[in-house]
Amino acid sequence: MSANELKESDEMQDELKQATITYAARLGDDALVLGHRISEWVSNGPFLEEDIALGNVALDFIGRSRMYYTYAAELTGNEKTEDDFAYLRNEREFQNHLINELPRGDFAYTIARQLILDVYHSHYLSALVKSNDETLAAIAAKGIKETRYHLRRSTDWVLRLGDGTDESHQRLQAAIDDIWGYTTEMFEHDTLEQGLIEAGVAVDASLFKDQWLAGVKEILIAATINVPTTEWAVRGGREGYHTENLGHLLSDLQYVHRCNPGCQW
Amino acid sequence: MYIVAIPVVSGKPMQRIPTMSQAQYERELFRRDSHCLELWELLDEVKDPEIPALSLWDMGVLRDVRREGERIRVTITPTYSGCPAMDVMREDIEILLRANGLANCSVETQLSPAWTTDWMTDKGRAELRAYGIAAPNDAIGHEGQETPEKGVRCPRCGSVHTRRVSEFASTACKALFQCDDCFEPFDYFKKL
Repeated sequence: MSANELKESDEMQDELKQATITYAARLGDDALVLGHRISEWVSNGPFLEEDIALGNVALDFIGRSRMYYTYAAELTGNEKTEDDFAYLRNEREFQNHLINELPRGDFAYTIARQLILDVYHSHYLSALVKSNDETLAAIAAKGIKETRYHLRRSTDWVLRLGDGTDESHQRLQAAIDDIWGYTTEMFEHDTLEQGLIEAGVAVDASLFKDQWLAGVKEILIAATINVPTTEWAVRGGREGYHTENLGHLLSDLQYVHRCNPGCQW
Repeated sequence: MYIVAIPVVSGKPMQRIPTMSQAQYERELFRRDSHCLELWELLDEVKDPEIPALSLWDMGVLRDVRREGERIRVTITPTYSGCPAMDVMREDIEILLRANGLANCSVETQLSPAWTTDWMTDKGRAELRAYGIAAPNDAIGHEGQETPEKGVRCPRCGSVHTRRVSEFASTACKALFQCDDCFEPFDYFKKL
């Protein structure tokens, strides 16, 4: 290789690394924001066992975000840690899919979002396991086992609420209708992710959109819930454009750390 | 100290050990062939902070211990992504090594291959039961599957007339069951 070619290949490596940092942080953002939302149920659950289950599921997501952030921090160097990603970035720097930041709503709303995301994660992580990036693949392998338990639980609840009382049915239907338009961006990707997909690092979610829809539909129909046919869509999470909810969530999430920088206990 | 006799036929380990999973068998071999058995034995003192009956080895969390010159390098694998006990385990290993004059040590986390309950030792499973927690292979007739709705053997009375109360119990790794014979509630360590 000539010196020029070497330089070019170094630049390509660096570009891939920078893109991987952003990608890992995005996946971390998805997991952290969702985990935080679910954790808001702790001590507010409908009954004790469910309260504990929600807490455990929240921990799975927060733990997953720690693994993604730790990897992003390792690649970044400069003594960055997972905390820099979780606590010291502002709203516009977070690049989670918007569905994760929607308020927890009532129990039906939380469960509706969870079903949509659990089906999504089971496809997404199955694909990420095959990533060329060994660390991302390892995180996915860990997450996929947990997702099986999450999906089974959210499926059971959707069936119970949808096919339950009039009120639980109405609430679940309203939640599904309300969240539906936020699912579109989960299957789209920008040029950064396109580059990573071509490099075999990132997942192309558009490839499993039909399977995801079929999976969610099957459960909703069994729960006597109508599958929305509306075409509206909200986008922007991966660009850092958020709903009004994320700022409030972050103030709650980051407050202690920002008031007491570097504090440990 | 815990030593498992591994049957050997004509110099080669037997292919099939009926009492332990393939994964567990490979772990036993790995440990037996280590150059620092005394360190493995020392680390047997470190217990799971959530289930103090169980050592990190019996839990399947402890993956490797090695000397690199003066340095001791310990490798562990997290059970669940969000398990809050992992940080405590890491600290407990360092405290123990330091107390034994081995301050030059590091504890590293290895994600792949992902932890599985298959790595839990038979001794660990027995200790779980004695502690009142049903072991991952106590879901009679549902081996290899996620938590069933009923039939996990009660660690107190041995009955299989039991039912699932919740998929997630006191920690993410356990499900809550109730026994319909002795009426005691109990945790079941889920298969993962």
